Amino acid sequence: MAERLTKAAARNIFYGGTVFFFVIFVALVTNSYHQARVMEVTNPISASAARGKQIFERHACFDCHTLFGEGARFAPELGKVWIKYGGQTDPAGASDGLKAWFQAQPTGIDDRHQMPQFNLSDHDLNDLIAFLRWTSAVDTQNWPPHSPK
Amino acid sequence: MKYQSQQVAKLYFYGAMLIFSLQIVFGLLGATVYVAPTSIPVGLLPFNVIRMIHTNALIVWLLMGFFGSTYFLLPEETENELYSPFLAKLQFWLFLIAAVIAVVGYLFGYSANEGRSYLEQPIVIKIGIVIVALMFLFNCTMTVLRGRKTVITNILLLGLWGVAIFFLFAFYVPDNVVIDKMFWWWVVHLWVEGVWELVMAAILAFLLIKLTGVDREIIEKWLYVIVGLALFTGILGTGHHYYWIGTPKYWQGIGSIFGALEPLPFLMIVVFSFSMVRKGGRDHPNRAALLWSLGCAVMAFLGAGVWGFAHTLSVVNFYTHGTQFTAAHGHLAFYGAYAMINLAMITYAMPQLLGRPPYNQTLNIWSFWILTLGVVAMTLALTGAGITQSYLERGLGEAYMDVQQQMTLWYWARLGGGVMVTLGLVLYLIAVFVPGRAPISNRLDSPATK
Repeated sequence: MAERLTKAAARNIFYGGTVFFFVIFVALVTNSYHQARVMEVTNPISASAARGKQIFERHACFDCHTLFGEGARFAPELGKVWIKYGGQTDPAGASDGLKAWFQAQPTGIDDRHQMPQFNLSDHDLNDLIAFLRWTSAVDTQNWPPHSPK
Repeated sequence: MKYQSQQVAKLYFYGAMLIFSLQIVFGLLGATVYVAPTSIPVGLLPFNVIRMIHTNALIVWLLMGFFGSTYFLLPEETENELYSPFLAKLQFWLFLIAAVIAVVGYLFGYSANEGRSYLEQPIVIKIGIVIVALMFLFNCTMTVLRGRKTVITNILLLGLWGVAIFFLFAFYVPDNVVIDKMFWWWVVHLWVEGVWELVMAAILAFLLIKLTGVDREIIEKWLYVIVGLALFTGILGTGHHYYWIGTPKYWQGIGSIFGALEPLPFLMIVVFSFSMVRKGGRDHPNRAALLWSLGCAVMAFLGAGVWGFAHTLSVVNFYTHGTQFTAAHGHLAFYGAYAMINLAMITYAMPQLLGRPPYNQTLNIWSFWILTLGVVAMTLALTGAGITQSYLERGLGEAYMDVQQQMTLWYWARLGGGVMVTLGLVLYLIAVFVPGRAPISNRLDSPATK
């Protein structure tokens, strides 16, 4: 078989196959994109949550934490942190709890990974928490296991 | 070395090794914070800044190495001088200055407003990167257009154009984090499990032709087969990143199937490289360069292939996703596939750029083993950490920080591997950049410098 495959044939298979698989990929991604937009109907992105995402990005939170398992693994996963703080039953309590956590950093306790003090305003904290509330409602196919329901 | 303009590669190789050293320094700092979290005051240098410098330096030095390797091999492949050596030098300094500004900015807390992992560069720097890429592609494309076109130049240029095109998705930052993550992978996955493989395979093919003397016809046919397999599996293999980020369930099937096939091209590279060495029969005096080339093939297969396969199936990934196992795979794959191909090319090219027969071979071979075993040690340590974390945190549901404290021993082992890597790098730099005095009789006209 190796002898019969000419260089020209190998080249044509390479270019043809690459286009073929890329077209399938783009079609699937287009479908996933639309499903992600449909999700915004039941879980709308408020202006506050959109600003919160920017705060998350500006302070490079993902360079310690994971979000949906992506980012650095120096600090805990944040996708469902809103639910962990009880946000589904007591939103005001969860919000206060998260703010207290932010303000207590860094703890300075030996052997504990240290989070910087970002000195976020109350407004910024509300936005960031709105973002984490939004992510907690994303259907991540039950990942992570043992996440608070 | 046959063409004067190949000399610009030297600048890129020095720059790449400078930034590689920076990457290792920040890797050591990061590994230290893992074992002694309060050793570096978080107000002075928080972990997220350490990590962004470590990962950004990695990307920059690998790209710098690719640029240098391309400028070195293009004149020989196309059989004419580079279109503009001046533009190549200007491009180098722009790239280096952009990288230095980015790093200094990070240290003082300036990163992008819309930063994502690996893409923390402020928007001005990102635009600078695009300008640098355009200068590079223009220069290379013009060189190829007026010279001999080979399969190596075709694949290499296709890969490099792909690098630039997919980088443009770095500018797309939608409010919907699910869509954001989908297209973030268009940069990250379609780079390292897509177009970068084309660049790596093309450089490796060039090295094998030079080092083994095997017939170009055979190498070129197999090059198409290998990069074809890489893209056929790698494009839909992106699906293995779309399991748990809010995307539909069908990606679990697609990502598992195509992800599981992704090791195939790497296995083929191993088989192909060793059979070329057997067939070629040339006894090239630069044994270290051949060792790095074959080492690259083997370690890329282990790091990208085997360690990638280990957590690509969605049923496994459900437990390993977002654990240190990903870090284990990341370290060995980047080192094997992309660091080693650059170290191979630098080992091969530097004696020629200095007009000397191969020098410091023994020291270089020592550095190969120490660096490689150092990365293997780190990988095994992180694999242990990842399995511990997958079992205790994902499997049993223990709390994140409780599990971290049970992983300390693995983190110490990782730091040990990192120290070994540092030693290996120092030896490599001495072997390559401190050639010593050349014997007069061996200068320039010796056959070994050709």
